[in-house]
Amino acid sequence: MSGAAIHASSWAAALVRISPYTFSAIGIAISIGVSVLGAAWGIYITGSSLIGAAIEAPRITSKNLISVIFCEAVAIYGVIVAIILQTKLESVPSSKMYDAESLRAGYAIFASGIIVGFANLVCGLCVGIIGSSCALSDAQNSTLFVKILVIEIFGSALGLFGVIVGIIMSAQATWPTK
Amino acid sequence: MYGFEALTFNIHGGYLEAIVRGHRAGLLTTADYNNLCQCENLDDIKMHLSATKYGSYLQNEPSPLHTTTIVEKCTLKLVDDYKHMLCQATEPMSTFLEYIRYGHMIDNVVLIVTGTLHERDVQELLEKCHPLGMFDSIATLAVAQNMRELYRLVLVDTPLAPYFSECLTSEDLDDMNIEIMRNTLYKAYLEDFYKFCQKIGGATSEIMSDLLAFEADRRAVNITINSIGTELTREDRKKLYSNFGLLYPYGHEELAICEDIDQVRGVMEKYPPYQAIFSKMSYGESQMLDKAFYEEEVRRLCLAFEQQFHYAVFFAYMRLREQEIRNLMWISECVAQNQKSRIHDSVVYMF
Repeated sequence: MSGAAIHASSWAAALVRISPYTFSAIGIAISIGVSVLGAAWGIYITGSSLIGAAIEAPRITSKNLISVIFCEAVAIYGVIVAIILQTKLESVPSSKMYDAESLRAGYAIFASGIIVGFANLVCGLCVGIIGSSCALSDAQNSTLFVKILVIEIFGSALGLFGVIVGIIMSAQATWPTK
Repeated sequence: MYGFEALTFNIHGGYLEAIVRGHRAGLLTTADYNNLCQCENLDDIKMHLSATKYGSYLQNEPSPLHTTTIVEKCTLKLVDDYKHMLCQATEPMSTFLEYIRYGHMIDNVVLIVTGTLHERDVQELLEKCHPLGMFDSIATLAVAQNMRELYRLVLVDTPLAPYFSECLTSEDLDDMNIEIMRNTLYKAYLEDFYKFCQKIGGATSEIMSDLLAFEADRRAVNITINSIGTELTREDRKKLYSNFGLLYPYGHEELAICEDIDQVRGVMEKYPPYQAIFSKMSYGESQMLDKAFYEEEVRRLCLAFEQQFHYAVFFAYMRLREQEIRNLMWISECVAQNQKSRIHDSVVYMF
C-alpha cells in the first residue's frame, strides 16, 4: 500500500525509503544535543555577568546561582527525554521496516526529539538573558531580585512545555508487532 | 543584528559590562553631595570621601590637603578603572575604549603647546596633563615651532595623526591658531568616533549617536558664543562645526552668522531638545548655559545605563566620573575659599 500511489523514482519514494531508524537516531541526538547547546549558551550569558557584578557586590553570588540552576535544568530535560526515546526503539523484521506503521514510529521519535531540543534551546537562551539582567539589577538594588526571578520562572516553563509535548509525541512510537 | 545582541554580547563583553555597572553604583549621590557641601574644611571633605570608593586613594595623603591633591587622586581612580577595563577588553571594545582617550590627548597637546608659547617649564606642564591623555612622545611637543613641525616630529606616530589633515599650515603657533587647531582636531575626532560607532551598529550606534550628536551641538554653540566679537570670520567658524548632529546643516548655517547671544538663543529655540535648556536662562545671561548643558548631558548619560548589551555604558561611565571630579573640584574650592554660598551654582547632581 505504501508504494502503490508513488512513482518508483520520485523524491517522495526516496524519502519514504529512508530507514525509520535513521530518523529516530537523529531525533534522539537532537533532543540531547540541542538542549545542551541551549543550556550552555544560557549559562555563559548569565555566568559572565554574575562574575563581573559580584566583584562590587559579593552578596549576590549565592542567590543568583538559581539562574544557573534553571539553565542547567534545561539540559536535564534533554537528557531525560533522550533516555525515554531510546527505550522506544524496537527491532522490526526487514519485511516490515518500510510499512506505514514503522515509518510512523520513526517519525514520532524524530519529531519528539526536535520538539524537545529546540524548545529547550530557546528556553535556555531566555533564562540566560534574564539571569544576566537579574544579576546586574540585584547588584544595584536587592529588592529587585525576587521580582525578576518570577520572570525567569515563566521562562523556564517554556522548556517544560516542550518536554510534555515531546513525551506525549513519543507515546505514538509503536512499532509493528512481529 | 539589532535586537539580538543579547545572544552574543556576553561572550566578550559580559564581564566588563558587569564591572562598569558595579563602578556606576559607586558614583556619588545627592545625599553624598549634600554631606560634602556642609563640610567646613578640606579635612572634613577627606573624611566624607573616605566612606566612598575614593577612600583608598585619599587615605594616605597628609594634611593639610590641597584641592589639587584631591582632584589628582580622584582622577587616579578613574584612570585605574579605565586601565583595568582596557586590558581586559577585546576588539571592537578595546578600540572603543581607546577612542574615549583621544579627547584628552587633544587637550593635553593643546595644553603643552600653549604653555610653551607662554614660556612655561615643560615638566610643570606635564604634571598638569590629564593622565588618560598621555602618550610617549608628549614631552617633545615643546620643541615644535609651527604646526607642520608639530605633526612631523611628534603627532604622526600617535592615534591623532589622521585628524591633522585639515590643520597643516606653516604658520607660527599663536593663541588664536592653537584654539582653531584644538577645535579642528576635536571636530575630526568626533566625526571619526561617530563613524566608528555606526560601523559597530546595534544599540551601541543608536545610543552613541545621540550622545555624540549632543556633544557636537554643544561644541557648536560654545564655539559660536566664544567667537562672538573675535576676528574669526564666518567661514572659519562654519568650518569648525561637525558634520553630524541635530544642528547639521541648517542650524550651522544660522549659527555661523550670529553676532550675539540672543541671536544664538533664537536659533537654538527652534530645536525642541535645546529649547528646554535655553528656556531656563533669562535673556542676556550666559553663565548658566554651561551648567544647563552639563545637566542635560548627565541626564542623557544616565539614560544610557537603561539598556544592556552595548558599549555606550563605558563612555557614559567615564563621562559621569569626569563630571563627578568636576563637582568635587568645585566643592573643594568653595570650601577652601569659604564661599559656600556659591557651591550650588555649579554642582550637577546625578542620582
